[in-house]
Amino acid sequence: MRWLAASLLALAAIGAGATGCGNDDDDGGGSASADSARLVVSAAASMTEALEACAPEFDGDEGVDVRLSFAGSDELAAQIRQGVKPDVYAAANTRLPDELYDEDLIEKPVEFATNEFALAVAADSAIASVHDLTEDGVKLVIGSESVPIGAYTRQTLAKLPPDQEKAILDNVRSNEPDVKGIVGKLTQGAADAGFVYVTDVNATGDELEAIELPAELEPNVTYGAAVVKGAKQPEKGQAFVDGLTEGPCADALEEAGFGPAP
Amino acid sequence: MTLRRAWFPALLALALAAALTFLTLPVVAIFVDRSPGDLIESLGEEGALDALWLSLRTTAISMLIIVAVGTPAAYLLATRSFRGKALVVTLIELPLVLPPAVAGIALLAAVGPAGILGETIETAGIELSLATAGVVVALTFVASPFYVRGAMAAFASVDRTLLDASRTLGASEARGFARVMIPAALPGLAAGGALALGRALGEFGATLMFAGSFQGITQTVPLAIYDRFSTNFDSALALSAVLVAVSAAILFAVKLVQRDDVLGGWGEARA
Repeated sequence: MRWLAASLLALAAIGAGATGCGNDDDDGGGSASADSARLVVSAAASMTEALEACAPEFDGDEGVDVRLSFAGSDELAAQIRQGVKPDVYAAANTRLPDELYDEDLIEKPVEFATNEFALAVAADSAIASVHDLTEDGVKLVIGSESVPIGAYTRQTLAKLPPDQEKAILDNVRSNEPDVKGIVGKLTQGAADAGFVYVTDVNATGDELEAIELPAELEPNVTYGAAVVKGAKQPEKGQAFVDGLTEGPCADALEEAGFGPAP
Repeated sequence: MTLRRAWFPALLALALAAALTFLTLPVVAIFVDRSPGDLIESLGEEGALDALWLSLRTTAISMLIIVAVGTPAAYLLATRSFRGKALVVTLIELPLVLPPAVAGIALLAAVGPAGILGETIETAGIELSLATAGVVVALTFVASPFYVRGAMAAFASVDRTLLDASRTLGASEARGFARVMIPAALPGLAAGGALALGRALGEFGATLMFAGSFQGITQTVPLAIYDRFSTNFDSALALSAVLVAVSAAILFAVKLVQRDDVLGGWGEARA
């Protein structure tokens, strides 16, 4: 009986501890200013450089402390489906935000930017077009099926003649969980080519080169964002979403090479 | 009086209860979140068995390399003193505390295509990155220190008079090593091997960064779990359940080998 009592006490203590921690974070988490609230933003990995650049300015304007969490849009969506509640969800497509909206997990998403889908190769590569990818021995790295960049890639390749599509898919050596994994394999020389966004190529400086695709192949890459239902900071979250089309973050996105919303 | 005496045992019980709850709840959740039937069914899905088979193969090859090289190396470290030994041991143990992402970057910098040995390896016609061999390299890198450490401790704790006796009877050192030291150190070697095996099976970060993720080639079970997390949570849970079961079995086997206090002295009773 003593053990039982002790165990129950312990459980109560754990519960109290957890709640206590939560409060601590809310009170003391701010670094922008003493009374600033924390705004958690889950964003597609392709926006890493742009959003990191504008977050400090947004903090100052809105009196919040933005915490950015980057991963594949699909991983972030899966987290939200498992009950994780960031304040804002910003994805590299519109399909995932639309799905989450239909599942009543986020507010109505808005389209806030576009990106260009491109073939990335090392700056000194001999590969000059998508058709060069059909050759034997080309090491190609793409996104996994579930992440938007991987879906765009498969969508694009499906527009090629079936024999070319097959030859290219046969050269795929890794299905990466997010776009940063593809870029890393390319900059490290582990792969010869990969399908990414133009903004990712820009972010590497001169290391990689983007090969534009013929217009008929290029997919329509539109980014969607929304405030998450049950967010702790819905107003500030809405301000962040609005800021993706006007304000410092919109400017940072443009600078990184993103296009305006369609 | 009783209350004053009881506070310390109560505190100990509190700590144990907290630790037990915190550590077991997530593991239990893997098994109760979905019905066992669903779990088994999702194991049959495309790619899940490929991942299990690949993990099995790469882990087995890594363990062969680790035991073959690690056993004599650990024996040397355990039985000889030399200048700089502490430094050598520290260097060997370093991957134990390296974050997996650091291990991935380090492997790319060393044996990746653009790494310091990249060209040599390419000239030799060996392909590591984005290849199954790369997975083996990553597993061996992160797991071997667990074995070497355990093996060193095991050899060091063997009664030296045993070896001395075999030498006095005319056996060579090699014979003494094979016939006396290894059998005597076997429980400790097995324990170190089991820890290395568990670490190799669970390897994620270094494998993803160095070897990539491709079904049947480089996508081990942990990578398959991450890949499924967004689209097929059931399948991710099923694969996780397999890893938990295998890891638990390994741990339990080690406890048995060591005749440790398994389930309240059951092991000792058997011994």
